Amino acid sequence: MSRETLIDLLYLFSATTFLFALKGLGSPKHARRGNLIAAGGMFVAIVATFFKYVDGHPLHHVGLILLGIFIGTVVAVPVARFVKMTAMPQLVAIFNGVGGGAAALVSITEFVHIKSTHPATYVTLEVLLGVLIGTVSFAGSSIAFAKLQELMTGRPVTYPGQQIINAVIGAGALALIVTILVTESTLLLWVLLALSFILGAAFVLPIGGADVPVLISLLNAFTGLAVAASGFTLGSNLLIVAGTLVGASGILLTRLMSAAMGRSLSNVLFSAFGSNITASGATERDDGRSVRSGSAEDVGILLSYASRVVIIPGYGLAVAQGQFVLRELGELLESKGIEVFYAIHPVAGRMPGHMNVLLAEANVPYEQLKEMDEANSELQTADVALVVGANDTVNPAARDDKTSPIYGMPIINAELAENVVFLKRSMRPGFAGIENELLYNPKTILLFGDAKDSLTKMVAVVKAS
Amino acid sequence: MGNVLLQYATVLVLSIFVGTEIISKVPSILHTPLMSGSNAIHGVILVGSMLVLGSATTNLEEVLGFLAVILGTLNVVGGFVVTDRMLEMFKARAPQPRKTETEEVAS
Repeated sequence: MSRETLIDLLYLFSATTFLFALKGLGSPKHARRGNLIAAGGMFVAIVATFFKYVDGHPLHHVGLILLGIFIGTVVAVPVARFVKMTAMPQLVAIFNGVGGGAAALVSITEFVHIKSTHPATYVTLEVLLGVLIGTVSFAGSSIAFAKLQELMTGRPVTYPGQQIINAVIGAGALALIVTILVTESTLLLWVLLALSFILGAAFVLPIGGADVPVLISLLNAFTGLAVAASGFTLGSNLLIVAGTLVGASGILLTRLMSAAMGRSLSNVLFSAFGSNITASGATERDDGRSVRSGSAEDVGILLSYASRVVIIPGYGLAVAQGQFVLRELGELLESKGIEVFYAIHPVAGRMPGHMNVLLAEANVPYEQLKEMDEANSELQTADVALVVGANDTVNPAARDDKTSPIYGMPIINAELAENVVFLKRSMRPGFAGIENELLYNPKTILLFGDAKDSLTKMVAVVKAS
Repeated sequence: MGNVLLQYATVLVLSIFVGTEIISKVPSILHTPLMSGSNAIHGVILVGSMLVLGSATTNLEEVLGFLAVILGTLNVVGGFVVTDRMLEMFKARAPQPRKTETEEVAS
């Protein structure tokens, strides 16, 4: 067996492990194993590549390659290991962005390399698509990272004529691609790179709030497609298979994620969701309507005399790192014979599954976590709905107010319970920037302050009573 | 446009179908780990980066290829580690699966 055949076989093995991983990631039982198998397959592919011949000679610059891998590993491992769980979404965004950047660079480098041989038009087209898609993903992911990391506003950024301007930039990029196909100009390739960068940023700016995770999923699919384009240019089946798998499954996943929010993908991408509400909504609310606020003692006693308590966690719980105290409170109530369960909204937090991960970390028993539909049918008989750091996911506007931008999103019907308790930092609206009617409901008691502090005080009160 | 291109196109089309088929049913709690896991898989661009740096003949190619290797490594290493860390969190349920298994058998 020749060296090249052996390497190709190893690549085939790697591609198969990627399939296993994606399949495994679809079920909680095999997810972690699947990921480890893919990591093993990836390692095999990388090692095999060191033995590959290119242009009829062994790899040049092996030292430089090893140095690059070393630098990348030394930076990536600590970042990925030690960044807080709440920052996971932006980590995924930035690691996706650098992948897109790498795909664009690979395409450019290959173009510079083969240009003197006057490559066929379709080869140039593959290069240009790789540069365009890879760079859009890089720029878009960087903006998404900045939004999630709160380096810039998380709200949609809009300006007049935005969609028209974006369409013009997109059309300009396509015109440039046609021109480069004819002229084979390297200079214009750099212009395309710059234009793609602007396009990626401009495309992402108007997308904000809870839509950012969906956006990251789409950009993830883009990077996959850019990798597939590089695979065509380099003649690598491995890159084509892996890139296309990610591209296709990523687009499907993006649609599933927007469906979980009750919206269509085009609505997520182009409606600048949540940008125009604060102006009208916030001022309108300045009408002196009062809210009922209570102390930790009030709430603690209310809980002690309940027979059924439903806890509705949200992003605020993650920020306050209150999950451990929350579990303690839950256990304490149970020891008093009170029935406790957690109602989990599919998009609570900053990423789907965020709350499950957080509560699992605090060792909350899995049977106590109820999905939205089941929780809604049981809320009617609950004495207290305890909303900890959630807001948009319990906002009745999603059900009742046709003009609300979240109209149509399935919510947890917290107001069905006898009493509603909100643990909130302030009266500020949630991530989507929408006022919540439930706060003004006469059944509602607001307990202001850091969720962890409030929970700790409540634990003390419940213990004493 | 030779047979090689046609072969790559075949691979492309089949991969699209496999890619959509393989994740057609995913519970919403796994959306984020799946996104993160597939993010790690497109880190295979590192292999492409190694190939372009390994064949570089000019300074420009060397610089671009070297940057590509660094970015590709960040993607692949960071992607797998983050995904593993996310999935590690789901491990806390370990005592329960036995119960659900018996439930499955019973139903």
